[in-house]
Amino acid sequence: MSTIKALVAGLCASILVGCGQGEVKHFDANEYPQALSDWGIIELQGTQLKVNDSAVVYELNTALFSDYALKLRTVFMPVGESANYHPSETFDMPVGSIISKTFFYPKDSEGRLLTTNTWQGDPKEVSTSTHHLVETRLLVKQTGGWDAISYIWQGQEAYLSITGKLQRLTLANNKQLNYLIPSRNQCASCHATNHTTKTIRPIGIKARHLNRASNLYQANQLTHWQSKGMLQGVTRPVEANALWNDESASIKHRARSYLDINCGHCHNAEGAADTSGLLLDYEDHPKSAMGYCKPPVAAGSGTGGRLYSIVPGHPAQSILSFRLDTDNPAMMMPELGRSLIHKEGVELVSAWIAELEGECI
Amino acid sequence: MMNSNTIKLLSTLGLSAVIAACSQAPQLSFQDAFRQSLETAKPGDVITVPEGTFAFDRSLILNADGVTIRGQGMGKSILSFKGQVAGAEGLSVSANDFTIEDLAIEDTIGDALKVNEGNNIVIRRVRTEWTNGPDVNNGAYGIYPVQTTNILLEGNVAIAASDAGIYVGQSKQIIVRNNRAEFNVAGIEIENSIGADVYQNTTNNNTGGILVFNMPHITQRGYATRVFDNDVNNNNTANFAAPGTAVSGVPAGSGVMVNSNDQVEIFNNRIADNNTANIVISSYFSANYAGQQELAAEFDPYPEEILIYDNTFSGGGTTPGFDYLVEIRDAIYGVDGAFPDIIWDGIIDPNKAEEKQVICVDNGDAQLLSVDAANEFKGAGVDMQKYDCTVAKLAPIELASN
Repeated sequence: MSTIKALVAGLCASILVGCGQGEVKHFDANEYPQALSDWGIIELQGTQLKVNDSAVVYELNTALFSDYALKLRTVFMPVGESANYHPSETFDMPVGSIISKTFFYPKDSEGRLLTTNTWQGDPKEVSTSTHHLVETRLLVKQTGGWDAISYIWQGQEAYLSITGKLQRLTLANNKQLNYLIPSRNQCASCHATNHTTKTIRPIGIKARHLNRASNLYQANQLTHWQSKGMLQGVTRPVEANALWNDESASIKHRARSYLDINCGHCHNAEGAADTSGLLLDYEDHPKSAMGYCKPPVAAGSGTGGRLYSIVPGHPAQSILSFRLDTDNPAMMMPELGRSLIHKEGVELVSAWIAELEGECI
Repeated sequence: MMNSNTIKLLSTLGLSAVIAACSQAPQLSFQDAFRQSLETAKPGDVITVPEGTFAFDRSLILNADGVTIRGQGMGKSILSFKGQVAGAEGLSVSANDFTIEDLAIEDTIGDALKVNEGNNIVIRRVRTEWTNGPDVNNGAYGIYPVQTTNILLEGNVAIAASDAGIYVGQSKQIIVRNNRAEFNVAGIEIENSIGADVYQNTTNNNTGGILVFNMPHITQRGYATRVFDNDVNNNNTANFAAPGTAVSGVPAGSGVMVNSNDQVEIFNNRIADNNTANIVISSYFSANYAGQQELAAEFDPYPEEILIYDNTFSGGGTTPGFDYLVEIRDAIYGVDGAFPDIIWDGIIDPNKAEEKQVICVDNGDAQLLSVDAANEFKGAGVDMQKYDCTVAKLAPIELASN
């Protein structure tokens, strides 16, 4: 086997063009390579973004809003190993697993970034002649647990960044975007979903996010993972979050799904934002904990002068709508990961609050 | 087309050639080096901040346990966040065994220094300040430990926070001493915390000097705070908190204020010229903020076992911070009169056990006025006999190691 790999590697080294499907490599935490391509997961070949054949591309139902960036997600597990299913928690994945998420934007002829989306999720459609690559984040499962690192694209390669970076990008409307590439510790700000244990976990690798059809593989993603031997122990029924813009789903389901992925990593019973007493993950909580007529605890100017997180029927009086509808870092939610307002997200959450019934005294 | 490894090798060779030609590699700015140190910190690290003012445009984050950050003095080593565009804090810490001392954090867009969950925290001789003075657009909290245990805050200076200069939330085993907090909405605030000693602080010119509060919808209910040997003067700054926040309900001119908290001991303080009253005791119902309708089941809104003794009072009570308080003052003491040193909303738990004391006062000729807020102020008045009682005194807080 190793001889074959060596031969293939040798072949790649000599030909390269048209090959590009080398081995995915695993590195220990103190040996992370400077160049993303060393991992073998994802790289640029010419203008074309290439994903290793042994990695599986996946999508989420509603995803975290990240300044309108598009995201190409891949998951790799060592050959012969698989993840263990859990109905509500992040799947337990084998050591050696690597998850990648590449953030990019379509660009216009002048290189300005577009916030409109026509991409259908196929990596073959991602080319640097029509897209601007920003960063690729990796979650790497070591023996001690998950590790989060980020690579910043610069020309043909992406380079490891421990401290993160504030990138000033220009949008098609000529507005500036202060895009924050997270530092290593900032990765934990979201991925340590249990803020007491501070254990880093993938956020999207949950049944409710993955349970959807894959455009790329023409199958339900969980079924596809099972058929590839990547997932075991699936029990049904499987929860599914809505796509936030799927008008066939109820506004309630879409809004709860949106809050779950955008807020629930901190606003859960063990999360960093449990200090606020406001729980926005897709679990059953008392209404007041979900924000109904709940006064803020330490929101500062983030209240926007409003009295409750949610005033049923009145989004314009609800702190939740205010904090989504501002780009002031002192007031906005989430605190990290965006510098623009997701107008469509604000509209969805506001539409949900508008249809809620009840009264705050 | 060239093999990428070959390219790397070539560029490495090229780089070595350049390095060999130069005398040294380019140096990181302090800002970049500091951020790098925080991101890669290991237990036992001491990260130093030299003299100088260092500008940052995004938050700093520390997650590693056992780290000390040490500057050269709160007037010398300054981390300035003026113009910050990303992150909700200046320095955000999520770690145990953390010490920070002798530096300043200025003009953050949100909170200056937040420590979220951690044991054994020392914050010493740190200044947090918004240099433009009181403004609703300033960050909410200066020094902000929350869900921490075994925590020492001493020798700090906190100025112009739009919520609390020094705010200890949902914590246990707390000492707050020798700090100075001024021109904040709340100077020092202890909220939903268990076991706090607050002493030898100077809290002047805030909206409220020292606050001991409980908020609903939080897992930990606070109790057992001693406030003693503090100077609490002239906390008459107009309330500049954002509407909707808890402290927006603090009337300007509050010296020491207790809201919905139990077992609070206030003694040996020098409290003067706070123009609502030198001490204000209230239930959640008088807090002037929202969310009062669904409380009973989960939340005890009544202050109980409040012990006030041996304080030195002077002045104050002349210009109460809310209109309804002015009306009461006018009605009882006349427009030129003043509230006595202690005022209380008079609201008592209807199901309170007979033997449980609400407020006990043993403070010379200082008077307590109950405004009888539960009965449209009809029974407002002073009856010091009601407060001639005692409750067991609290033991001093002893931190695990200092």
